[in-house]
Amino acid sequence: MRLRQGQFSFLPDLTDQDIHAQAQYAIDQGWAVSVEVTDDPHPRNTYWEMWGHPMFDNPDAAAVVFEVNECRKMHGGKYIRVIAFDSTPGWESIRMSFIVNRPADEPGFRLVRQEGEGRSLRYSIESYALREPEGRRYA
Amino acid sequence: MNDMSDAKTVTDAKKRYSAGVMKYAQMGYWEPDYTPKDTDIIALFRITPQEGVDPVEAAAAVAGESSTATWTVVWTDRLTACGKYRAKAYRVDPVPNSTGEFFAYIAYDLDLFEGGSIANLTASIIGNVFGFKPLKALRLEDMRLPVAYVKTFQGPATGIVVERERLNVYGRPLLGATVKPKLGLSGRNYGRVVYEALKGGLDFTKDDENINSQPFMHWRDRFLYCMEAVSRASAATGEVKGTYLNVTAGTMEEMYARAEFAKSLGSVIVMIDLVIGYTAIQSMAKWARDNDMILHLHRAGHSTYTRQRSHGVSFRVIAKWMRLAGVDHLHAGTVVGKLEGDPATTKGYYDIFREERNPMALENGIFFDQDWASLNKMMPVASGGIHAGQMHQLLTYLGEDVVLQFGGGTIGHPQGIQAGATANRVALEAMVFARNAGRDIWNEGPDILRDAARTCTPLQQALEVWKDVSFDYVSTDAPDYAPTASVAM
Repeated sequence: MRLRQGQFSFLPDLTDQDIHAQAQYAIDQGWAVSVEVTDDPHPRNTYWEMWGHPMFDNPDAAAVVFEVNECRKMHGGKYIRVIAFDSTPGWESIRMSFIVNRPADEPGFRLVRQEGEGRSLRYSIESYALREPEGRRYA
Repeated sequence: MNDMSDAKTVTDAKKRYSAGVMKYAQMGYWEPDYTPKDTDIIALFRITPQEGVDPVEAAAAVAGESSTATWTVVWTDRLTACGKYRAKAYRVDPVPNSTGEFFAYIAYDLDLFEGGSIANLTASIIGNVFGFKPLKALRLEDMRLPVAYVKTFQGPATGIVVERERLNVYGRPLLGATVKPKLGLSGRNYGRVVYEALKGGLDFTKDDENINSQPFMHWRDRFLYCMEAVSRASAATGEVKGTYLNVTAGTMEEMYARAEFAKSLGSVIVMIDLVIGYTAIQSMAKWARDNDMILHLHRAGHSTYTRQRSHGVSFRVIAKWMRLAGVDHLHAGTVVGKLEGDPATTKGYYDIFREERNPMALENGIFFDQDWASLNKMMPVASGGIHAGQMHQLLTYLGEDVVLQFGGGTIGHPQGIQAGATANRVALEAMVFARNAGRDIWNEGPDILRDAARTCTPLQQALEVWKDVSFDYVSTDAPDYAPTASVAM
């Protein structure tokens, strides 16, 4: 399967030039760009590991591309995303989020059904990769 | 206009309160020198007086009938601070280019209203007065709601920002589709459409307004099959997915029961119809806030009173009431689709949904500055006759915080529902990507779509099938003022 989270997961994988263009857009809006990484792609895993702080005062998207590539050196087999944070009153949350690196093999998710009364079901979703402990997932 | 009328409030108390009939303007409902207080509620009516009726007297009558007046003088007024409780018409302007129509500005003291109740507000403002004989027609065009009043309402249960955080979707419009045919599918077949559309790339599917619990599909059956579909699609894509389960029913008790069941199955969203009424909407908004549920409102029935320019209630007023009442999603027009909506008026609606503060913008039909006092923002929903080939227009007109609903444009795809959903999602992502990368999507949109279709056959097919579809009719409700007009407050 292909993890479809983020703004551009239905497009071909982004090149460094693409990442630069999108990061520059965020910077030009006044948003702080940051890089995050995980080996737990559950759709409700909110807190991916932070690759450093959000780059609050960075005017140049080249620095973002640099950090993405530094992160890839250590975590090339995991999911890496770029997010943009907007501190404007009334928003104060994320404005952009897109995946810039993914494992070569994405085993996907298992749907677990717990049968209840009256044909009711409780559903949960588990990543197949999570059978391995943290650090040993995705090879 | 404001100095044309010779009507003056009768100040001599003996004359004013002697039994009999008197002009509304003389009774104190016309005060051309009145300056509205910051805490006043202001209503702007479009009035069309009958032949021979003075527009100022007509405006005073509207003020009177929507506040304290009756048709004759009553001495019991004198037991109250009646000057305070009388609504005051304070300004009457001829409508540009519309003979016989006038804009009447009427101010109401805050104490005329119970806090936190749309029912109470509307019982005054659109209560008796719309059937008043001296008027040929009457339309409530806009309202200024003071911060003190706004703060008595909960507002949207979730709001745009938290909805995005819950769904984990940022930086692009959300995508949805209404299941079709809207009536007749069994629960099992209905869930198939939901699964295919969500797996193909949509964020949401939607019940239609009249899908409740009919012989062909009872509500529990629909909820169970839909949530199986939502959960399977979520596992297949790694995304949070939702389907608007319509809980509209004949009683509040039944609506709560259905909403609780939707919650127990793990749904992130439920849906209601405008026809359930303002109080029921507010109750469901409270339930949604208490249960971490997004609340979708389908504006079923609104065109019966919003569409005609001379009579009824403008949709911009309905939008304001719904933001107070506390829904998260509300349909607001597409500009380019099959349903009514000119671009300038629709922009006015979208601003009311999404902004912290609306400055007066006559060119968009917004007559007052409106401060929303940190009430959550509502997510506009665009649906009705839109398709992937219009993506550049939709993104330009409607922006990023919107749900684009492609019903026919998903389910009618020649290669099936999943392909239809994928075509829409690819078109959307490609357009957002291009816009961010600095391209002129308004002019280069068709090229951007063609390029994206090179690696996406479903998009190629969608562009081919719907290439000539557009709905180009004259709008029945456009702003009265050209972009340059300005009216001093």
